[in-house]
Amino acid sequence: MFHGFMVNAWTVATIVAVVAGIVGFFAVLRGSAFAAHAIPNGSFAGAAGAALIGVNTLIGLGAFSLLGALGISALGRRGRQDVATALTLTLMLGLGALFLSLSNEFAPQVYSLLFGEVLGISSNDVVPTAALAAAAVAVMLLLYRPLMLSSVLADVGEARGISSVAMQLCFLLAIALVTTMTVPVVGTLLIFSLMIGPPAAARSFTDRAGVAMALSVAFALIAVWAAIACSYATNYPVGFFVGSISAASFVVGRAWAAFTRR
Amino acid sequence: MSVPLATVFGHGFFASGPVHTALAVGATAAIVSGTVGVFAVIRGQSFAGEALSDIGAAGGSAAFLAGVGALWGFLASAVGAAAVMELIGIQRPRGRDLATGIVLGASLGIAALLLYLGTTVRSTTGATVTILFGSLFAVDPGTIPAIVAFSALALAVIMLVQRPLLLSSLSPELAAARGIRVRVIGATYLLALAVAVALAALSIGAILGTALLIGPAATALRLTSRPGRAIAIAAAIGMAATWLGIVLAYDSFYWPPRGHGWPVSFFVVALVLMAYLVARLPAMVRRNH
Repeated sequence: MFHGFMVNAWTVATIVAVVAGIVGFFAVLRGSAFAAHAIPNGSFAGAAGAALIGVNTLIGLGAFSLLGALGISALGRRGRQDVATALTLTLMLGLGALFLSLSNEFAPQVYSLLFGEVLGISSNDVVPTAALAAAAVAVMLLLYRPLMLSSVLADVGEARGISSVAMQLCFLLAIALVTTMTVPVVGTLLIFSLMIGPPAAARSFTDRAGVAMALSVAFALIAVWAAIACSYATNYPVGFFVGSISAASFVVGRAWAAFTRR
Repeated sequence: MSVPLATVFGHGFFASGPVHTALAVGATAAIVSGTVGVFAVIRGQSFAGEALSDIGAAGGSAAFLAGVGALWGFLASAVGAAAVMELIGIQRPRGRDLATGIVLGASLGIAALLLYLGTTVRSTTGATVTILFGSLFAVDPGTIPAIVAFSALALAVIMLVQRPLLLSSLSPELAAARGIRVRVIGATYLLALAVAVALAALSIGAILGTALLIGPAATALRLTSRPGRAIAIAAAIGMAATWLGIVLAYDSFYWPPRGHGWPVSFFVVALVLMAYLVARLPAMVRRNH
C-alpha cells in the first residue's frame, strides 16, 4: 500500500484533504453548498476543452473554474444567487458536452475526471498541487476574520466596511483554486462531498470556529486516507469511498449532536 | 425574398424518426420543467433540482448495471433522494443546501461505484457519457408513453396543490396561520420536482435537465410576476429553445468538423441562457441611465 507509486497518491490526497477541510468549512458556514458543487462540476468542461485543443488539463480546469466563479458572482449580484449558480453551471456543462463530442477519443478519460483517479498521480502533479494548496490556504488565512464576519453576520460586516459582494467573490475564487488542484485527484463530482460532509460533521461537535475548522480538516483527512486504503484493498473506485465516508461522518455528527442535546 | 425552408431545416429533417421522437420528448420535458421550475425558482430550490437530476444519474447507472430500463432507475433514485432530503431537513431554509449537498455527495459516490461495476461487468465505457450527457436524438421511442404519463402525473400534482404551494412558498408563516400544512405541501412539491427532473434527465441528460428547469422559469419570472403567466411563458421558452436546439443540432451535421453533429444539449443550454440574458437586459440598461 505504501509502494513508490502510492507515495504520490498519499501526498497529494493529504494536501487535498487539508485544503478541502478549510475551504469547505466556509462553504458550510455560508450555506454555499451549491457553489461548491457548481464550480468543480462545471470545470469539467475545462478539462474536456483542454483535451480538445491539446493543452495541460490543469490550465483548462483553472480557466473554467475561474470563469465559473466570475459568472456566478456577476449574474448573482442583482439576481437570485441559486439561479445564477444553476445557469452558470449548465452553461459550463453545455460547453463540456460540446467539447466532449468534438473530441472523439475522450470517452474513457471522462470517468476518471468525474470520479477521480487517485492511483494514477505522477510526481509531476505533486508540485503544482502543493503550490495551489498553499495559495488557497494563504487566501483563507488572510481573509479569515472579514470572511468569517461577512459569512455569519453580513449586515455587521457591511457596517464595518466589509463588502459582502467582494467577500463572496473571494470565497468563490478560493473554491476555484481548490477545484483546479483537486479535480485530477478525487474528480469533479466528489471534491464536493469532501468540501461539505466533513465540515458539516465538524459543526455538529462544536460551536467554536477554530476548533470546528480543525475538526473539519481532521475528518477530511480520515475520509481521504480511509478511502485510499479501501480503494487499494478492494479495487473499487476511490470516489465511492470518499463520498460514502463523508456522508457517514455527517450522520455520525448529527447523531452525536442529538445524543448530547438530550 | 423568403429564405428557402430547406436551408433552415436540413435535408430529411421532417422524415427522420429520431427527430420526431426528439421533438415530442423535448416538448414534454420543457412543459413539465417550465411548470415545476417556476416554483423551484420562487422557492429557491434550484440546488435541489440540480441535485435530483445528478442523483437520477446514479439511479440510471444502477439500472444499467441491473439491466432494467433506465427510466425506473432514474425515477426510483430521484424520489428516494427527495425523501431523504426531506427527512434530514430540507424544509428549513438554513440547512436546506446542506441537506441537499450531503445526499448529493453520497449519491455521487454510489454512482461512481455503479458505473465502475457497470463498465467492468459489461465491458463498455460508453455508459458514463450516455447517462450524464444523454442526447435527445438517442431517446428510445418506446419510452415516450411512460415519459408522457409521468409528466402528466407531475403536472397534475402541481395543479392540485398550486394555491397552497404558492402561498407557502412566498410566506410560510402566513400559510401556516391559514391552516396549510406547509411541510406536507413542501414534501409533495419535492416529489413532483423529483419526478419532473428524473424524466428530464432521462430523456435529455442530467445537464440539460437543470437548464430546462431553471433557465426558462427564471426568465419568465423576470418578465412577469404573475405565477400563472410565468408558467405559460416558461413552458413556451423551454419549448422554443428545445425545438430550435434540435433544428440547429440537425443542421450542425454540415458544420465543421464535417460529418459530426454538435450535441443538442449545447444548443438548448445556449439558447436558454441567451433568453435569460435578453430578459435581464432592460433592467441593466435602466440602471445605467
